[in-house]
Amino acid sequence: MQTDEDMRKKVEDALHKNATFGEDFDLDEYGIAPTDVEQADVLSELSEEDQRTLLNVGFTPSEENRAGSLIMIDNAISHTSLRDKDVVELMSLKNAMKTHEWVKDYVWKLVKPDADKYTAMSYLQDADGYFIRAPKGKKSKMPVQTCLLLGSKQVSQTVHNIVVVEEGAELDVITGCSTKHGVENGLHLGISEMYVKKGATLKFTMIHNWAQQIGVRPRTVVHVEEGGTYISNYITLKPVKSIQTYPTVILEGKGAFARLNSIGVAHPGSELDLGSRVIFDAEDTKAELISRTITTGGKVIARGEMIGNADKAKGHLECHGLVLGKGGMQRAIPILEANVEDIELSHEAAVGRIAREQIEYLMARGLTEEDAVGMIVRGFLDVGIQGIPDELKADIDATIAKIGENAI
Amino acid sequence: MLEINNLTVEIGGKRILKGVDLNVEAGYTNVLFGPNGAGKSALLMTLMGFSGYKVLEGEIIFKGEDITHMSVYERAQMGMGIMTQRPPNMSGVKLYALLKAISKDSKETESLAETLDMVRFFDRDINVGFSGGEIKRSELLQLSAQNPDFLLLDEPESGVDLVSIEQLGRTINELLQKDCKCAGDRCKHGKSALVITHTGQVLDYVEADRGYILCNGTVMCSGNPREMLTEIKEQGYEECIKCKLMKI
Repeated sequence: MQTDEDMRKKVEDALHKNATFGEDFDLDEYGIAPTDVEQADVLSELSEEDQRTLLNVGFTPSEENRAGSLIMIDNAISHTSLRDKDVVELMSLKNAMKTHEWVKDYVWKLVKPDADKYTAMSYLQDADGYFIRAPKGKKSKMPVQTCLLLGSKQVSQTVHNIVVVEEGAELDVITGCSTKHGVENGLHLGISEMYVKKGATLKFTMIHNWAQQIGVRPRTVVHVEEGGTYISNYITLKPVKSIQTYPTVILEGKGAFARLNSIGVAHPGSELDLGSRVIFDAEDTKAELISRTITTGGKVIARGEMIGNADKAKGHLECHGLVLGKGGMQRAIPILEANVEDIELSHEAAVGRIAREQIEYLMARGLTEEDAVGMIVRGFLDVGIQGIPDELKADIDATIAKIGENAI
Repeated sequence: MLEINNLTVEIGGKRILKGVDLNVEAGYTNVLFGPNGAGKSALLMTLMGFSGYKVLEGEIIFKGEDITHMSVYERAQMGMGIMTQRPPNMSGVKLYALLKAISKDSKETESLAETLDMVRFFDRDINVGFSGGEIKRSELLQLSAQNPDFLLLDEPESGVDLVSIEQLGRTINELLQKDCKCAGDRCKHGKSALVITHTGQVLDYVEADRGYILCNGTVMCSGNPREMLTEIKEQGYEECIKCKLMKI
C-alpha cells in the first residue's frame, strides 16, 4: 500500500508506542515472517498433521459445506478457493486492491495505523490478509472459512483483513488462528476492519489454538450501518502466552445490533486480556456483550465497555468468570457510559468457583465429580454457537473434560 | 434397606439432629412428619451425603454397608436418589443433557417427559426460572431417569396445584411400585422411600407403611402413618412432645 510520507513518519514513531493493555512485546526480538510460503492448491493433499491443525480451529480441509476457503501462512496467502462465486468474493487483500479501486477506501479507515506498536508494525509491513465481500442482497448459505497460521519460529506475523457485507447481504465467516506443529514462539498481529452495511448481517466466529509461547495482538473495529447486525464469537480454549484484544463495534445506523460472545480458558502461564467495546452512535441501537471465562491457573482480564451516545440505545453486558484450581486470576472490568438521557445500559459480573451445591446436585444423580464439573463447565461455555464442525466439537469436548478432571 | 443409628448432625456449628434412630425396610415407604425446623430436610440431605451436614455421631447403614462417610456419588451409585425442596439453579446445564447422561432407559424417560409435560423444558437450564410445580416435575423426571432403589422425597407436593398433585402422586407411586401389585411382592422387589410431608396429600396416592415424627432433631414417635397424620391434624405436634416427655 502506498502511504504519504507524513503518515509514514507518524507510524514509524508509533513503533515505540506501547499498547494501553497487556504485556509488552519487544518487536526487535522477532524476525519478519516470510512471504515465500508454500502454495497448497489441494487441501486434501496436506499432511495429516496439517489437516488436524486446520480442523482444530474449525477449518474443514475437505471444504465441505464451505462457500470458500483461504489460508494464510506467515505473511503470505497459501491457498484460496471459492465455490459460491455468485454470492461471495474471497481473495487476498493485495489482490482485492488490484481488482477494485474502491477497496483502498476501506483500508486503515477504522483502525488507526499509529494506535500502538502492533498496528504500526502491520502498517509498515504492508500486511496482506483476506478480503471477503458479500455483494448487495446476496446471502450465502454456507460460511467462508479462513485460517491464519504462524508457520515459522520467533517471527511476527502481520495480517490485515477487510470484510465488507453490502446492503441486505448475509455473510458467515469462520476464522481459525493457529501455529504449525513445532512453532512454539512468535507473535501474531492482526488488523481487521469490517463493514456491515444497511440491513446486512455478519456472523463472525474466531477460534484460537496457539502454542504456549505465542503473543497475540489483534486490532479489530467493526462499523455497522442502519438495521445491520454483527454477531461475533471469540473462542480461545488452549494454552497461549498472551492474548490482548479489545474489538470495537460502532453502531452507526438506526436499529443496528451487535452481540459479542467471548469464550476463554486461561491455562497456567497464559494471560487472556479479552475486551469488547460497543459505541452506540445511533437511535434504537442494541448490543449484548457476553464473556465467559475460566482460569485453571492463568490470568483473565475480561473487559466490557458500552458507550451510549444516542437516545433509545439499549445494551447489556455479562462477565462471568470461573476460578478452577489455585494460582489463577479473574478480573472483570465492566464499563458503562451514558452520554444522553434516554438510554438503558446494564451489566452483571460474577467471578468465583463453581458452587459446591451445583456439583453435588449432579453427583446425587449419579455423575462422578469429574463428570459433574465437566457438565457444568460445558454449560458455562455454551453460548449457543452454531456451525462448528464435529471434529472441533470433539476437540472442545476433550478440552472441557480435561478441565473437569484437573479441577478436582 | 436403610438403618440409621444414633445419628447426630451439625450444620455450621449448630446441632440439628440429635441421636436419630430410624429404619426403612426393603419395599417400605416411610413417612417423616414434624414441624418446620425440626430437621427433616437436614436428615434427607445428610442421608444423601451433601456437604455442610457434618455427622458427629452415629452411623448410616444402607444395603448393609456403612455409608456414613461415603461421597454423594457413591451413594447415588448404590441406588439412592433424592428430590430436594430447593434445588440449585443449574445455569448452562440443560435438562436434556442431564437426562441423557443419567437415563437408564431413554425411551421410558422421554415418554414420562411427555406425560409430565416436560419436553418443552429440555432445552432450558435446569431450575432456572422454573415455577414450584415445574421444579417438582423436573426433579421427578430426573429421579425416574435415574431409577434409584431408595428415594428420598422432600415435600413432593409443596407448591403444586391440586390437579398436578394427583399427577405427581401417581408418578411417584408408579416409580416406587412399578409392576408390584401385591404387598408381598413389593417387599421383595419394590423400591423403598423416605418421604417428608406436611399435608399428607401425597399419602392419597402412595401406600405408606410407617410414620415417624421428628421434633427438635429427635424422633419422638413412630407408628401407623395415617393415624399419626390424623392425630397431628387434630392435636398438633405439641401433644407428641408432651407424650415423649411423659415417657422420660
